[in-house]
Amino acid sequence: MLNNKLKLNENIFSEDCEKKATRNGFGEGLVLAGKANKDVVALCCDLTESVRMHHFKEAFPERFIEVGVAEQNLASVASGMAAMGKIPFAASYAMFNPGRNWEQIRTTVCYNDVPVKIVGGHAGISVAQDGGTHQAIEDIAIMRVIPRMEVIVPADAVQASVATQAIAKTDNPTYIRLEKQKTRVITTEKTPFEIGKAQLLWQPETMSARVGIVACGSLIATCLDVAQYFEEKGIGIKVLNMHTIKPLDNKAVLELAKETEHIVTVEEHQRAGGLGSAVAELLGEEQPTKMKRLGVDDVFGESGTAEELLEKHGLDFEGIKTAVENILR
Amino acid sequence: MTITPEQVQELEHKANDIRIDIVKMLAKAGTGHTAGPLDMADVFTTLYFHAMKHNPKKPDWSDRDRLILSNGHICPVLYVTMAHAGYFPLEDLDTLRTLGSPLQGHPHREHLRGIETSSGPLGSGLSQSVGMALADRIDNGKTSGKFFYCLMGDGETNEGQIWEAAMMAGKEKLGNLVCIIDRNNIQIDGFTEDIMPLEPYVDKWESFGFHTITIDGHNIEEIADAIDQGKAVFEKPTMIIARTISSKGVPAWERDYLWHGKPPTQEELQVALNSLEK
Repeated sequence: MLNNKLKLNENIFSEDCEKKATRNGFGEGLVLAGKANKDVVALCCDLTESVRMHHFKEAFPERFIEVGVAEQNLASVASGMAAMGKIPFAASYAMFNPGRNWEQIRTTVCYNDVPVKIVGGHAGISVAQDGGTHQAIEDIAIMRVIPRMEVIVPADAVQASVATQAIAKTDNPTYIRLEKQKTRVITTEKTPFEIGKAQLLWQPETMSARVGIVACGSLIATCLDVAQYFEEKGIGIKVLNMHTIKPLDNKAVLELAKETEHIVTVEEHQRAGGLGSAVAELLGEEQPTKMKRLGVDDVFGESGTAEELLEKHGLDFEGIKTAVENILR
Repeated sequence: MTITPEQVQELEHKANDIRIDIVKMLAKAGTGHTAGPLDMADVFTTLYFHAMKHNPKKPDWSDRDRLILSNGHICPVLYVTMAHAGYFPLEDLDTLRTLGSPLQGHPHREHLRGIETSSGPLGSGLSQSVGMALADRIDNGKTSGKFFYCLMGDGETNEGQIWEAAMMAGKEKLGNLVCIIDRNNIQIDGFTEDIMPLEPYVDKWESFGFHTITIDGHNIEEIADAIDQGKAVFEKPTMIIARTISSKGVPAWERDYLWHGKPPTQEELQVALNSLEK
């Protein structure tokens, strides 16, 4: 059952559940962050409407900076502004930011320890028709290895807004990963959010939990469908929304592993280096646990619909359900 | 700020003292870059002892000018000049590139107060300077009185990011940005025009929207005048192309690109000191 302490959207399993992209939530959250703090500035690489920064641009034209198609410059200009006391949100598509400008982020943002917020839009394979060039599925890996960098992957549009406002208040370099397509809204504005604190979205009503699913991004909604399916079959599942990949909520992962003894991770990312790796690194050292990491298995993306691609890579309902069945065998 | 002949002479002596400490420091460390630091000694001396608004006792003073060193590998000249200016004791120069030293192999902002940015990976200093200059304009308008000095190497401008930043500086008409390029014509693998030709250099910068000034980078008066001119140009950023001779001050090493990235041995140190202590 849904964890009622988190005040989630009760409509989540119905056909008319609201759908909205995390980029839209980001755009709204950024305006609120800008209202709350005049030092919040926004920079973009010729993708202002696409990453939904145009709302901020309209609200605060004097605090919006168009950088042009120049992602390396984007990261370092943001670093310079942060050195002067600004809280810059620097946005482009994840493939280029942080894909193209990794070293500038590492050295001019993180090594300098300035509070630049890297905004990677259109992440994951669900970018779909644009094809493999534009499907960033390595970004979590390259961000989480940089010291000081915090990595956030909101589960839905509401959480994207809340997370955007939260990261605007920290002094840390942060990467926030956004998706293009509309997905189910599962949290509400009343859902508590804390950077680095995972959310237990689903737990068995009465029976004990035999599998723990740890997921990030919009796939969390599919994980809830799977959990509900197994609940009806008499198999207890717990679903953890790991919206913060770094710092990872070690306590929540360890408790889940100890209780369920079976962990399945789910992400729109390479199996190497992302959420699954972060969980495996922790469990391998602290609490060896039977595990399955779902993700893209060392190949590039390609054109297709989001549904087709998620199915191909085992990230749809059937794929996640099968993984749960297999791990219990 | 007109410079008097007496001031010029004083700064020339100071630059020579700085060169002496650079070669001593590098020889003691046994590691580090030599050519660029020696050829930029006159520019750094003029900035820290004449042109720049700063306070070594209050490195975090918010109204200070900012010096952004983009080609971080020439930090020996930055460190020695800062020590002479009073940011830290001269004895600390003996710790260059050792474990726990504030004087990292390439500058790190957290290791030494008074350093505006960490640098070493080439090509990002101009972008950071653009960001700082823009932020100041947002907060304080076009007449804040703060200036942002970005120092770059000529070989460094092979980097594409430099030209991304140059476009933006021109677009934003950053009159508070004054850049100085060490045009010593060398880089690690050889002469700049053999590796990746930069000329017509002035035309390039002008076409990107900069007011450009070419000077003798070893003439204190020309350096001071060019900085004054850059500060007076209100409507666009300024690029001072400082024509320098690599390893300036040690004739035996001058113009030889092999001195880009190596320190002097103890014997070579004596050669340098014989030239510099004349």
